[in-house]
Amino acid sequence: MEKLSPKAIIDSFSEKLGDGLVGSSIYEREIAVKKNKFRSLWIEVQSSAFRAAVLHVCQLQEYPHLAIISCSDLGSEVELIYHFTIYYGQRFEELSLGLKVKLPKTDLSIPTVTDLIPGAIFTEREIQEMMGVEVVGIPDGRRLFIDEDVPEGIYPWRKDETGPDKLLRVLPGRKPKRHDEKG
Amino acid sequence: MAVGETEKTTYTIPVGPVHPALKEPIQLMLEVDGERVVNTDILVGQVHRSIEWLGMNRNNPVQTLYLAERICGICNICHPFCLAIGVEQAANIPVPERAEYIRVIAAEMERIHSHILWAGVAAHEIGFDTVFYLTWRVREEIMDLIEYIFGNRVTKGVLQYGGVRRDITAEQLPRIRKSLDYYKSIYEHLRRILLEDKTVKMRTRNVGVLSTEDALKLLTVGPTGRASGVPKDVRQDQPYSAYADLDVEAITPDMVTGTVVGDVYDRIIVRLLEIKQSVEIIEECLEKMPAGPIMSETKMPRLLRLLTDAAGEGIGRVEAPRGEDIHYVRLEAGSETLGTWKVRAPTYVNLLAVPAILQDMQIADVPIAFASIDPCQSCTNRVVVTDRATGRKSILDYQELHRLSVEKTRDLQR
Repeated sequence: MEKLSPKAIIDSFSEKLGDGLVGSSIYEREIAVKKNKFRSLWIEVQSSAFRAAVLHVCQLQEYPHLAIISCSDLGSEVELIYHFTIYYGQRFEELSLGLKVKLPKTDLSIPTVTDLIPGAIFTEREIQEMMGVEVVGIPDGRRLFIDEDVPEGIYPWRKDETGPDKLLRVLPGRKPKRHDEKG
Repeated sequence: MAVGETEKTTYTIPVGPVHPALKEPIQLMLEVDGERVVNTDILVGQVHRSIEWLGMNRNNPVQTLYLAERICGICNICHPFCLAIGVEQAANIPVPERAEYIRVIAAEMERIHSHILWAGVAAHEIGFDTVFYLTWRVREEIMDLIEYIFGNRVTKGVLQYGGVRRDITAEQLPRIRKSLDYYKSIYEHLRRILLEDKTVKMRTRNVGVLSTEDALKLLTVGPTGRASGVPKDVRQDQPYSAYADLDVEAITPDMVTGTVVGDVYDRIIVRLLEIKQSVEIIEECLEKMPAGPIMSETKMPRLLRLLTDAAGEGIGRVEAPRGEDIHYVRLEAGSETLGTWKVRAPTYVNLLAVPAILQDMQIADVPIAFASIDPCQSCTNRVVVTDRATGRKSILDYQELHRLSVEKTRDLQR
Protein backbone atom coordinates (compact mmCIF):
# COMPACT_ATOMS: atom_id res chain seq x y z
CA MET A 1 0.00 0.00 0.00
CA GLU A 2 1.26 3.47 -0.88
CA LYS A 3 2.14 5.65 2.10
CA LEU A 4 0.51 9.10 2.07
CA SER A 5 1.86 12.28 3.64
CA PRO A 6 -0.14 13.74 6.58
CA LYS A 7 -1.54 16.40 4.24
CA ALA A 8 -2.60 13.81 1.68
CA ILE A 9 -4.24 11.74 4.40
CA ILE A 10 -6.40 14.70 5.42
CA ASP A 11 -7.32 15.26 1.76
CA SER A 12 -8.28 11.63 1.38
CA PHE A 13 -10.52 11.90 4.46
CA SER A 14 -12.26 14.99 3.11
CA GLU A 15 -12.76 13.29 -0.23
CA LYS A 16 -14.19 10.19 1.41
CA LEU A 17 -16.35 11.82 4.08
CA GLY A 18 -17.33 15.17 2.50
CA ASP A 19 -19.31 17.13 5.09
CA GLY A 20 -18.68 14.43 7.64
CA LEU A 21 -15.18 15.83 8.23
CA VAL A 22 -15.43 18.58 10.86
CA GLY A 23 -11.80 19.61 11.23
CA SER A 24 -8.23 18.46 11.06
CA SER A 25 -4.77 19.51 12.21
CA ILE A 26 -1.19 18.33 11.96
CA TYR A 27 1.03 18.61 15.02
CA GLU A 28 4.80 18.73 14.61
CA ARG A 29 7.52 19.08 17.20
CA GLU A 30 11.27 19.14 16.72
CA ILE A 31 13.10 16.93 19.14
CA ALA A 32 16.62 16.32 20.47
CA VAL A 33 19.82 17.35 18.69
CA LYS A 34 19.11 16.37 15.12
CA LYS A 35 15.74 18.18 15.18
CA ASN A 36 13.86 15.30 13.68
CA LYS A 37 10.13 15.78 13.70
CA PHE A 38 7.58 14.05 15.88
CA ARG A 39 4.28 14.17 14.01
CA SER A 40 0.71 13.51 14.98
CA LEU A 41 -2.49 13.97 13.08
CA TRP A 42 -5.85 14.94 14.52
CA ILE A 43 -9.05 14.43 12.56
CA GLU A 44 -12.52 15.30 13.81
CA VAL A 45 -15.56 13.70 12.21
CA GLN A 46 -19.30 13.81 12.71
CA SER A 47 -20.80 10.88 14.58
CA SER A 48 -22.80 9.93 11.46
CA ALA A 49 -19.56 9.66 9.46
CA PHE A 50 -17.63 7.81 12.19
CA ARG A 51 -18.05 4.33 10.77
CA ALA A 52 -16.94 5.45 7.31
CA ALA A 53 -13.90 7.16 8.86
CA VAL A 54 -12.80 3.97 10.64
CA LEU A 55 -13.28 2.01 7.40
CA HIS A 56 -11.07 4.58 5.69
CA VAL A 57 -8.35 4.14 8.36
CA CYS A 58 -8.50 0.40 7.60
CA GLN A 59 -7.91 1.32 3.94
CA LEU A 60 -4.79 3.33 4.81
CA GLN A 61 -3.26 0.51 6.84
CA GLU A 62 -4.20 -3.14 6.66
CA TYR A 63 -4.17 -3.68 10.43
CA PRO A 64 -4.40 -0.23 12.01
CA HIS A 65 -3.18 -0.23 15.60
CA LEU A 66 -5.88 1.14 17.90
CA ALA A 67 -4.00 2.11 21.04
CA ILE A 68 -6.89 3.33 23.15
CA ILE A 69 -10.12 5.31 23.11
CA SER A 70 -9.91 8.34 25.36
CA CYS A 71 -12.97 10.19 26.65
CA SER A 72 -13.38 13.75 27.80
CA ASP A 73 -16.44 15.19 29.47
CA LEU A 74 -16.94 18.62 27.85
CA GLY A 75 -20.12 19.62 29.67
CA SER A 76 -23.01 19.09 27.29
CA GLU A 77 -21.12 16.62 25.13
CA VAL A 78 -18.55 13.86 25.36
CA GLU A 79 -15.50 13.75 23.14
CA LEU A 80 -14.15 10.36 22.13
CA ILE A 81 -10.72 10.09 20.56
CA TYR A 82 -9.72 6.86 18.85
CA HIS A 83 -5.91 6.85 18.99
CA PHE A 84 -4.73 4.96 15.92
CA THR A 85 -1.20 4.45 14.69
CA ILE A 86 -0.61 3.68 11.04
CA TYR A 87 2.42 2.94 8.84
CA TYR A 88 4.30 1.25 11.71
CA GLY A 89 7.22 -1.08 11.24
CA GLN A 90 9.67 1.34 9.64
CA ARG A 91 11.86 4.09 11.03
CA PHE A 92 10.21 7.55 11.12
CA GLU A 93 7.33 6.31 8.99
CA GLU A 94 4.73 5.85 11.70
CA LEU A 95 1.97 8.40 12.24
CA SER A 96 -0.28 8.88 15.25
CA LEU A 97 -3.81 9.50 14.09
CA GLY A 98 -6.35 10.77 16.62
CA LEU A 99 -9.87 10.28 15.29
CA LYS A 100 -12.18 12.56 17.25
CA VAL A 101 -15.93 12.30 17.49
CA LYS A 102 -18.20 14.38 19.71
CA LEU A 103 -21.43 12.92 21.08
CA PRO A 104 -24.20 14.93 22.77
CA LYS A 105 -25.02 13.69 26.28
CA THR A 106 -28.63 13.16 25.17
CA ASP A 107 -27.55 10.49 22.69
CA LEU A 108 -24.42 8.71 23.88
CA SER A 109 -24.03 5.87 21.45
CA ILE A 110 -21.35 4.84 18.97
CA PRO A 111 -21.14 1.79 16.70
CA THR A 112 -18.62 -0.88 17.66
CA VAL A 113 -15.37 -1.29 15.71
CA THR A 114 -14.62 -4.81 17.01
CA ASP A 115 -15.69 -6.36 13.68
CA LEU A 116 -12.83 -4.46 12.01
CA ILE A 117 -10.36 -4.43 14.93
CA PRO A 118 -11.00 -7.41 17.26
CA GLY A 119 -8.57 -6.02 19.85
CA ALA A 120 -10.79 -2.99 20.49
CA ILE A 121 -13.00 -5.01 22.85
CA PHE A 122 -11.27 -4.01 26.13
CA THR A 123 -11.26 -0.31 25.42
CA GLU A 124 -14.90 -0.38 24.24
CA ARG A 125 -15.93 -2.17 27.43
CA GLU A 126 -14.01 0.45 29.36
CA ILE A 127 -15.71 3.47 27.77
CA GLN A 128 -19.11 1.85 28.43
CA GLU A 129 -18.48 1.49 32.16
CA MET A 130 -16.35 4.58 32.72
CA MET A 131 -18.15 7.18 30.58
CA GLY A 132 -21.58 5.63 30.00
CA VAL A 133 -21.22 5.66 26.23
CA GLU A 134 -23.31 2.88 24.73
CA VAL A 135 -21.32 0.86 22.21
CA VAL A 136 -23.89 -0.49 19.74
CA GLY A 137 -23.22 -4.06 18.66
CA ILE A 138 -20.45 -4.83 21.18
CA PRO A 139 -19.98 -8.63 21.36
CA ASP A 140 -19.21 -8.64 25.09
CA GLY A 141 -20.79 -5.81 27.08
CA ARG A 142 -19.74 -6.83 30.60
CA ARG A 143 -17.91 -4.47 32.90
CA LEU A 144 -14.13 -4.56 32.69
CA PHE A 145 -12.54 -2.83 35.67
CA ILE A 146 -15.42 -1.68 37.84
CA ASP A 147 -16.73 -4.10 40.44
CA GLU A 148 -20.33 -5.37 40.19
CA ASP A 149 -21.04 -3.77 43.58
CA VAL A 150 -20.84 -0.29 42.10
CA PRO A 151 -24.41 0.82 41.30
CA GLU A 152 -25.56 1.44 37.72
CA GLY A 153 -25.51 4.99 36.49
CA ILE A 154 -22.19 5.97 38.11
CA TYR A 155 -19.55 6.86 35.57
CA PRO A 156 -16.10 7.68 37.03
CA TRP A 157 -14.88 9.75 34.09
CA ARG A 158 -17.90 12.07 34.11
CA LYS A 159 -17.65 15.49 35.64
CA ASP A 160 -21.41 15.99 36.12
CA GLU A 161 -23.85 14.58 38.68
CA THR A 162 -23.34 11.01 37.39
CA GLY A 163 -19.71 11.13 38.57
CA PRO A 164 -18.48 8.99 41.46
CA ASP A 165 -18.56 11.80 44.05
CA LYS A 166 -21.38 10.33 46.13
CA LEU A 167 -19.38 7.11 46.52
CA LEU A 168 -16.35 8.89 47.93
CA ARG A 169 -15.55 8.50 51.57
CA VAL A 170 -14.58 11.78 53.12
CA LEU A 171 -11.71 11.41 55.55
CA PRO A 172 -12.11 12.87 59.07
CA GLY A 173 -11.09 16.50 59.19
CA ARG A 174 -11.67 17.10 55.47
CA LYS A 175 -14.50 18.88 53.80
CA PRO A 176 -16.20 17.17 50.86
CA LYS A 177 -15.35 18.88 47.59
CA ARG A 178 -18.23 20.57 45.82
CA HIS A 179 -18.76 20.52 42.08
CA ASP A 180 -18.78 24.26 41.52
CA GLU A 181 -15.59 24.80 43.55
CA LYS A 182 -12.30 24.78 41.71
CA GLY A 183 -9.13 23.25 43.00
CA MET B 1 -16.81 -37.38 31.14
CA ALA B 2 -19.78 -38.99 32.85
CA VAL B 3 -20.25 -42.67 32.08
CA GLY B 4 -22.42 -43.36 29.05
CA GLU B 5 -22.27 -39.80 27.76
CA THR B 6 -20.91 -39.25 24.30
CA GLU B 7 -21.12 -35.48 24.12
CA LYS B 8 -17.92 -33.71 25.07
CA THR B 9 -18.12 -31.30 27.94
CA THR B 10 -15.62 -28.84 29.35
CA TYR B 11 -14.71 -27.75 32.82
CA THR B 12 -13.86 -24.26 34.05
CA ILE B 13 -10.88 -23.82 36.34
CA PRO B 14 -10.49 -20.42 37.95
CA VAL B 15 -6.85 -19.46 38.33
CA GLY B 16 -6.29 -16.57 40.66
CA PRO B 17 -7.23 -13.80 41.83
CA VAL B 18 -3.67 -14.36 42.89
CA HIS B 19 -1.78 -14.81 39.69
CA PRO B 20 -0.66 -18.19 38.37
CA ALA B 21 2.68 -16.80 37.31
CA LEU B 22 3.29 -13.55 39.04
CA LYS B 23 1.94 -13.03 42.50
CA GLU B 24 -0.40 -10.36 41.32
CA PRO B 25 -4.17 -10.05 41.24
CA ILE B 26 -5.74 -11.23 38.00
CA GLN B 27 -8.21 -14.02 37.42
CA LEU B 28 -8.12 -16.26 34.37
CA MET B 29 -11.13 -18.51 33.77
CA LEU B 30 -9.69 -21.44 31.83
CA GLU B 31 -12.24 -23.61 30.06
CA VAL B 32 -10.56 -27.00 29.83
CA ASP B 33 -11.36 -30.23 28.08
CA GLY B 34 -9.32 -32.76 30.04
CA GLU B 35 -5.82 -31.27 30.08
CA ARG B 36 -6.36 -29.01 27.08
CA VAL B 37 -7.32 -25.35 27.43
CA VAL B 38 -10.27 -24.57 25.14
CA ASN B 39 -11.04 -21.00 26.03
CA THR B 40 -9.87 -18.30 28.43
CA ASP B 41 -11.71 -15.42 29.99
CA ILE B 42 -9.82 -12.70 31.78
CA LEU B 43 -11.24 -10.85 34.74
CA VAL B 44 -9.32 -7.70 35.50
CA GLY B 45 -10.00 -4.85 37.87
CA GLN B 46 -9.25 -6.68 41.13
CA VAL B 47 -7.18 -3.79 42.40
CA HIS B 48 -8.42 -0.79 40.50
CA ARG B 49 -6.77 2.20 42.11
CA SER B 50 -8.51 5.07 40.31
CA ILE B 51 -5.17 6.61 39.41
CA GLU B 52 -6.58 8.45 36.40
CA TRP B 53 -9.39 9.86 38.54
CA LEU B 54 -6.87 11.16 41.10
CA GLY B 55 -4.92 12.86 38.31
CA MET B 56 -8.08 14.48 36.97
CA ASN B 57 -9.66 15.48 40.29
CA ARG B 58 -7.23 15.64 43.19
CA ASN B 59 -3.64 16.31 42.17
CA ASN B 60 -1.93 19.14 40.41
CA PRO B 61 0.03 18.02 37.33
CA VAL B 62 3.38 17.91 39.14
CA GLN B 63 1.94 15.66 41.86
CA THR B 64 0.41 13.53 39.10
CA LEU B 65 3.84 13.05 37.56
CA TYR B 66 5.01 11.33 40.73
CA LEU B 67 1.72 9.45 40.98
CA ALA B 68 2.35 8.19 37.43
CA GLU B 69 5.69 6.89 38.62
CA ARG B 70 3.79 4.77 41.14
CA ILE B 71 1.48 3.16 38.56
CA CYS B 72 4.02 0.37 38.28
CA GLY B 73 7.04 -0.56 40.36
CA ILE B 74 8.97 -1.82 37.32
CA CYS B 75 8.02 0.70 34.63
CA ASN B 76 8.55 3.66 36.87
CA ILE B 77 10.34 5.70 34.24
CA CYS B 78 8.17 5.03 31.23
CA HIS B 79 4.89 6.18 32.83
CA PRO B 80 6.13 9.61 34.00
CA PHE B 81 8.15 9.84 30.76
CA CYS B 82 4.98 9.32 28.75
CA LEU B 83 2.98 11.78 30.83
CA ALA B 84 5.75 14.37 30.60
CA ILE B 85 5.82 14.10 26.79
CA GLY B 86 2.03 14.50 26.65
CA VAL B 87 1.99 17.53 28.94
CA GLU B 88 4.98 19.12 27.20
CA GLN B 89 3.09 18.86 23.90
CA ALA B 90 -0.12 20.23 25.39
CA ALA B 91 1.51 23.15 27.22
CA ASN B 92 4.30 23.64 24.68
CA ILE B 93 7.15 23.29 27.18
CA PRO B 94 10.61 22.95 25.62
CA VAL B 95 12.96 20.20 26.78
CA PRO B 96 16.75 20.77 26.83
CA GLU B 97 18.71 18.36 24.65
CA ARG B 98 20.81 17.02 27.49
CA ALA B 99 17.67 16.15 29.43
CA GLU B 100 16.36 14.10 26.48
CA TYR B 101 19.50 11.95 26.64
CA ILE B 102 19.30 11.48 30.40
CA ARG B 103 15.67 10.40 30.03
CA VAL B 104 16.65 7.81 27.44
CA ILE B 105 19.49 6.49 29.62
CA ALA B 106 17.04 6.10 32.53
CA ALA B 107 14.50 4.34 30.29
CA GLU B 108 17.08 1.90 28.91
CA MET B 109 18.38 1.04 32.38
CA GLU B 110 14.80 0.24 33.30
CA ARG B 111 14.54 -2.07 30.26
CA ILE B 112 17.67 -3.99 31.24
CA HIS B 113 16.49 -4.65 34.79
CA SER B 114 12.94 -5.46 33.69
CA HIS B 115 14.02 -8.01 31.06
CA ILE B 116 16.45 -9.73 33.45
CA LEU B 117 13.74 -9.80 36.10
CA TRP B 118 11.40 -11.44 33.59
CA ALA B 119 14.01 -14.07 32.65
CA GLY B 120 14.23 -15.02 36.32
CA VAL B 121 10.46 -15.27 36.72
CA ALA B 122 10.16 -17.36 33.55
CA ALA B 123 12.91 -19.73 34.75
CA HIS B 124 11.17 -20.07 38.11
CA GLU B 125 7.90 -20.93 36.34
CA ILE B 126 9.44 -23.96 34.70
CA GLY B 127 11.15 -25.00 37.93
CA PHE B 128 14.63 -23.91 36.85
CA ASP B 129 15.41 -22.07 40.06
CA THR B 130 19.18 -21.99 39.58
CA VAL B 131 18.65 -19.62 36.65
CA PHE B 132 16.19 -17.63 38.71
CA TYR B 133 18.87 -17.05 41.38
CA LEU B 134 21.54 -16.31 38.79
CA THR B 135 19.53 -13.77 36.81
CA TRP B 136 18.29 -11.95 39.85
CA ARG B 137 21.84 -11.73 41.21
CA VAL B 138 23.00 -10.36 37.86
CA ARG B 139 20.16 -7.84 38.00
CA GLU B 140 21.53 -6.34 41.22
CA GLU B 141 24.33 -4.70 39.23
CA ILE B 142 21.91 -2.52 37.25
CA MET B 143 19.82 -1.80 40.34
CA ASP B 144 22.94 -0.58 42.13
CA LEU B 145 23.82 1.55 39.14
CA ILE B 146 20.34 3.08 39.09
CA GLU B 147 20.69 3.85 42.79
CA TYR B 148 24.11 5.37 42.19
CA ILE B 149 22.90 7.70 39.45
CA PHE B 150 19.35 8.53 40.42
CA GLY B 151 19.58 8.08 44.19
CA ASN B 152 16.97 5.36 44.46
CA ARG B 153 16.54 1.79 43.26
CA VAL B 154 12.86 1.89 42.40
CA THR B 155 11.00 5.20 42.31
CA LYS B 156 13.64 7.54 41.00
CA GLY B 157 11.71 10.81 40.87
CA VAL B 158 14.04 11.95 38.12
CA LEU B 159 11.59 13.40 35.63
CA GLN B 160 10.06 16.83 35.62
CA TYR B 161 8.06 18.68 32.98
CA GLY B 162 10.61 20.32 30.73
CA GLY B 163 13.60 18.19 31.71
CA VAL B 164 15.05 16.00 34.42
CA ARG B 165 15.93 16.71 38.03
CA ARG B 166 19.35 15.06 38.22
CA ASP B 167 22.31 15.38 35.93
CA ILE B 168 24.87 12.71 35.06
CA THR B 169 28.28 14.12 35.92
CA ALA B 170 31.68 13.30 34.46
CA GLU B 171 32.76 11.59 37.71
CA GLN B 172 29.90 9.13 37.36
CA LEU B 173 30.91 7.93 33.91
CA PRO B 174 33.56 5.34 34.91
CA ARG B 175 31.10 3.65 37.29
CA ILE B 176 28.44 3.51 34.54
CA ARG B 177 30.94 2.09 32.02
CA LYS B 178 32.00 -0.56 34.56
CA SER B 179 28.41 -1.80 34.87
CA LEU B 180 27.85 -1.79 31.13
CA ASP B 181 31.07 -3.76 30.60
CA TYR B 182 29.87 -6.25 33.20
CA TYR B 183 26.69 -6.89 31.22
CA LYS B 184 28.65 -7.27 28.00
CA SER B 185 30.94 -9.79 29.68
CA ILE B 186 28.12 -11.97 31.04
CA TYR B 187 25.88 -11.67 27.98
CA GLU B 188 27.29 -14.77 26.29
CA HIS B 189 26.84 -16.76 29.51
CA LEU B 190 23.19 -15.68 29.79
CA ARG B 191 22.60 -16.45 26.13
CA ARG B 192 23.96 -20.01 26.50
CA ILE B 193 21.80 -20.69 29.55
CA LEU B 194 18.60 -19.27 28.15
CA LEU B 195 18.82 -20.28 24.51
CA GLU B 196 20.92 -23.44 24.40
CA ASP B 197 19.77 -25.31 27.48
CA LYS B 198 17.86 -28.47 26.49
CA THR B 199 15.24 -28.25 29.24
CA VAL B 200 14.49 -24.58 28.60
CA LYS B 201 14.09 -25.34 24.92
CA MET B 202 11.77 -28.30 25.57
CA ARG B 203 9.52 -26.24 27.82
CA THR B 204 9.38 -23.15 25.59
CA ARG B 205 9.62 -24.21 21.93
CA ASN B 206 6.15 -24.32 20.33
CA VAL B 207 4.55 -23.37 23.63
CA GLY B 208 2.15 -20.42 23.75
CA VAL B 209 2.27 -19.67 20.04
CA LEU B 210 0.82 -16.36 18.84
CA SER B 211 0.64 -16.03 15.07
CA THR B 212 1.63 -12.81 13.28
CA GLU B 213 -1.93 -12.27 12.11
CA ASP B 214 -3.37 -12.70 15.62
CA ALA B 215 -0.74 -10.33 16.99
CA LEU B 216 -1.77 -7.69 14.46
CA LYS B 217 -5.50 -8.19 15.01
CA LEU B 218 -5.25 -8.24 18.79
CA LEU B 219 -3.05 -5.13 18.80
CA THR B 220 -0.19 -6.91 20.58
CA VAL B 221 2.73 -4.64 21.41
CA GLY B 222 6.27 -4.86 22.68
CA PRO B 223 8.46 -7.98 22.87
CA THR B 224 5.34 -10.21 22.67
CA GLY B 225 4.37 -8.65 19.35
CA ARG B 226 7.92 -8.54 18.00
CA ALA B 227 8.40 -12.23 18.89
CA SER B 228 5.40 -12.90 16.63
CA GLY B 229 7.10 -11.06 13.80
CA VAL B 230 5.50 -7.61 14.09
CA PRO B 231 8.43 -5.16 13.83
CA LYS B 232 6.66 -2.54 15.91
CA ASP B 233 8.78 -0.50 18.28
CA VAL B 234 8.02 3.12 19.09
CA ARG B 235 11.75 3.82 19.40
CA GLN B 236 12.06 2.88 15.74
CA ASP B 237 8.68 3.83 14.25
CA GLN B 238 8.05 7.21 15.75
CA PRO B 239 11.14 8.12 17.77
CA TYR B 240 10.57 10.38 20.76
CA SER B 241 13.13 12.14 22.91
CA ALA B 242 16.77 11.29 22.10
CA TYR B 243 15.77 8.12 20.21
CA ALA B 244 15.23 10.42 17.24
CA ASP B 245 19.02 10.83 17.10
CA LEU B 246 19.84 7.17 17.60
CA ASP B 247 19.41 4.32 15.20
CA VAL B 248 17.21 1.84 17.02
CA GLU B 249 15.98 -1.18 15.13
CA ALA B 250 13.05 -3.35 16.21
CA ILE B 251 14.27 -6.81 17.19
CA THR B 252 12.48 -9.86 15.82
CA PRO B 253 13.48 -13.50 16.51
CA ASP B 254 14.34 -14.25 12.86
CA MET B 255 17.57 -12.30 13.42
CA VAL B 256 18.83 -15.30 15.39
CA THR B 257 16.92 -18.32 14.16
CA GLY B 258 15.91 -17.20 10.66
CA THR B 259 12.23 -17.92 11.27
CA VAL B 260 9.41 -16.52 13.35
CA VAL B 261 7.48 -19.09 15.40
CA GLY B 262 5.90 -16.68 17.86
CA ASP B 263 6.32 -18.99 20.86
CA VAL B 264 7.78 -18.50 24.34
CA TYR B 265 11.28 -19.29 23.06
CA ASP B 266 11.04 -16.45 20.56
CA ARG B 267 10.01 -14.11 23.34
CA ILE B 268 13.16 -15.10 25.26
CA ILE B 269 15.27 -14.32 22.17
CA VAL B 270 13.72 -10.88 21.72
CA ARG B 271 14.17 -9.89 25.36
CA LEU B 272 17.72 -11.21 25.48
CA LEU B 273 18.75 -9.25 22.38
CA GLU B 274 17.07 -6.17 23.76
CA ILE B 275 19.25 -6.30 26.87
CA LYS B 276 22.27 -6.11 24.58
CA GLN B 277 20.62 -3.37 22.51
CA SER B 278 19.90 -1.33 25.63
CA VAL B 279 23.52 -1.52 26.77
CA GLU B 280 24.58 -0.25 23.34
CA ILE B 281 22.01 2.57 23.44
CA ILE B 282 23.25 3.75 26.84
CA GLU B 283 26.86 3.73 25.58
CA GLU B 284 25.87 5.71 22.50
CA CYS B 285 23.96 8.22 24.63
CA LEU B 286 26.89 8.75 26.98
CA GLU B 287 29.07 9.45 23.96
CA LYS B 288 26.69 11.79 22.12
CA MET B 289 25.19 13.58 25.12
CA PRO B 290 25.45 17.36 24.58
CA ALA B 291 26.34 19.70 27.45
CA GLY B 292 23.84 22.23 28.70
CA PRO B 293 20.97 22.78 31.10
CA ILE B 294 18.77 19.88 32.18
CA MET B 295 15.57 21.73 32.94
CA SER B 296 13.76 24.49 31.05
CA GLU B 297 11.78 25.85 34.00
CA THR B 298 13.41 25.47 37.38
CA LYS B 299 11.00 27.53 39.46
CA MET B 300 8.12 25.39 40.67
CA PRO B 301 5.49 28.16 41.19
CA ARG B 302 6.09 29.39 37.64
CA LEU B 303 5.82 25.89 36.24
CA LEU B 304 2.54 25.31 38.08
CA ARG B 305 1.20 28.65 36.88
CA LEU B 306 2.15 27.80 33.32
CA LEU B 307 0.41 24.42 33.57
CA THR B 308 -2.73 26.00 35.04
CA ASP B 309 -2.96 28.57 32.24
CA ALA B 310 -2.16 26.18 29.41
CA ALA B 311 -4.82 24.66 27.21
CA GLY B 312 -4.24 21.96 24.66
CA GLU B 313 -3.82 18.25 24.19
CA GLY B 314 -0.96 15.88 23.64
CA ILE B 315 -0.11 12.22 23.42
CA GLY B 316 2.98 10.68 24.93
CA ARG B 317 4.14 7.39 23.41
CA VAL B 318 7.01 5.51 24.99
CA GLU B 319 8.38 2.02 24.35
CA ALA B 320 8.20 0.52 27.85
CA PRO B 321 9.93 -2.82 28.58
CA ARG B 322 6.61 -4.59 27.96
CA GLY B 323 5.59 -2.60 24.90
CA GLU B 324 4.09 0.66 23.84
CA ASP B 325 2.82 2.86 26.61
CA ILE B 326 0.52 5.74 25.69
CA HIS B 327 -0.83 8.61 27.73
CA TYR B 328 -3.39 11.08 26.41
CA VAL B 329 -3.42 14.44 28.19
CA ARG B 330 -5.83 17.30 27.83
CA LEU B 331 -5.21 20.55 29.66
CA GLU B 332 -7.94 23.07 30.30
CA ALA B 333 -7.09 26.72 30.95
CA GLY B 334 -7.73 27.70 34.55
CA SER B 335 -7.92 24.14 35.81
CA GLU B 336 -5.36 23.11 38.41
CA THR B 337 -5.68 19.42 37.53
CA LEU B 338 -5.32 17.58 34.24
CA GLY B 339 -8.52 17.94 32.22
CA THR B 340 -8.36 14.39 30.87
CA TRP B 341 -5.68 11.80 31.54
CA LYS B 342 -5.89 8.41 29.88
CA VAL B 343 -3.21 5.83 30.55
CA ARG B 344 -2.86 2.81 28.30
CA ALA B 345 -0.18 0.49 29.63
CA PRO B 346 1.19 -2.30 27.39
CA THR B 347 -0.28 -5.22 29.37
CA TYR B 348 -3.76 -3.78 28.75
CA VAL B 349 -3.60 -4.82 25.10
CA ASN B 350 -1.24 -7.78 25.56
CA LEU B 351 -3.84 -9.46 27.79
CA LEU B 352 -6.11 -9.62 24.73
CA ALA B 353 -3.64 -12.06 23.22
CA VAL B 354 -3.77 -14.40 26.25
CA PRO B 355 -6.79 -16.46 25.05
CA ALA B 356 -4.97 -17.01 21.73
CA ILE B 357 -1.71 -17.90 23.50
CA LEU B 358 -3.34 -20.36 25.93
CA GLN B 359 -5.50 -22.02 23.26
CA ASP B 360 -4.88 -25.83 23.20
CA MET B 361 -2.18 -25.57 25.86
CA GLN B 362 -1.85 -28.04 28.72
CA ILE B 363 -2.69 -26.70 32.18
CA ALA B 364 0.94 -27.25 33.23
CA ASP B 365 2.06 -24.93 30.42
CA VAL B 366 -0.26 -22.13 31.51
CA PRO B 367 2.17 -20.48 33.98
CA ILE B 368 5.07 -20.18 31.53
CA ALA B 369 2.85 -19.26 28.56
CA PHE B 370 1.08 -16.61 30.55
CA ALA B 371 4.29 -15.30 32.11
CA SER B 372 5.82 -15.02 28.64
CA ILE B 373 3.86 -11.86 27.84
CA ASP B 374 5.44 -10.39 30.99
CA PRO B 375 2.06 -9.35 32.37
CA CYS B 376 2.09 -6.46 34.76
CA GLN B 377 -1.03 -6.27 36.87
CA SER B 378 -0.44 -2.84 38.19
CA CYS B 379 -0.79 -1.88 34.56
CA THR B 380 -4.08 -3.70 34.23
CA ASN B 381 -5.46 -6.55 36.63
CA ARG B 382 -7.60 -12.18 37.11
CA VAL B 383 -7.70 -16.81 35.11
CA VAL B 384 -10.90 -19.19 35.91
CA VAL B 385 -10.68 -23.09 34.67
CA THR B 386 -14.45 -24.97 34.06
CA ASP B 387 -14.60 -28.82 33.37
CA ARG B 388 -17.20 -29.76 30.78
CA ALA B 389 -17.42 -33.28 32.20
CA THR B 390 -18.63 -32.42 35.66
CA GLY B 391 -19.48 -28.74 35.26
CA ARG B 392 -17.58 -28.27 38.52
CA LYS B 393 -15.56 -25.19 39.25
CA SER B 394 -12.31 -25.38 41.15
CA ILE B 395 -9.68 -22.84 42.01
CA LEU B 396 -6.12 -23.70 41.15
CA ASP B 397 -3.94 -21.66 43.38
CA TYR B 398 -0.49 -20.47 42.58
CA GLN B 399 1.30 -23.27 44.44
CA GLU B 400 -0.75 -25.96 42.70
CA LEU B 401 -0.14 -24.57 39.22
CA HIS B 402 3.51 -24.03 39.95
CA ARG B 403 3.76 -27.67 41.15
CA LEU B 404 2.15 -28.90 37.91
CA SER B 405 4.58 -26.84 35.87
CA VAL B 406 7.65 -28.06 37.77
CA GLU B 407 6.44 -31.68 37.46
CA LYS B 408 6.21 -31.30 33.70
CA THR B 409 9.81 -30.12 33.55
CA ARG B 410 10.94 -33.09 35.68
CA ASP B 411 8.99 -35.50 33.42
CA LEU B 412 10.64 -34.06 30.33
CA GLN B 413 14.08 -34.35 31.87
CA ARG B 414 13.63 -38.09 32.52
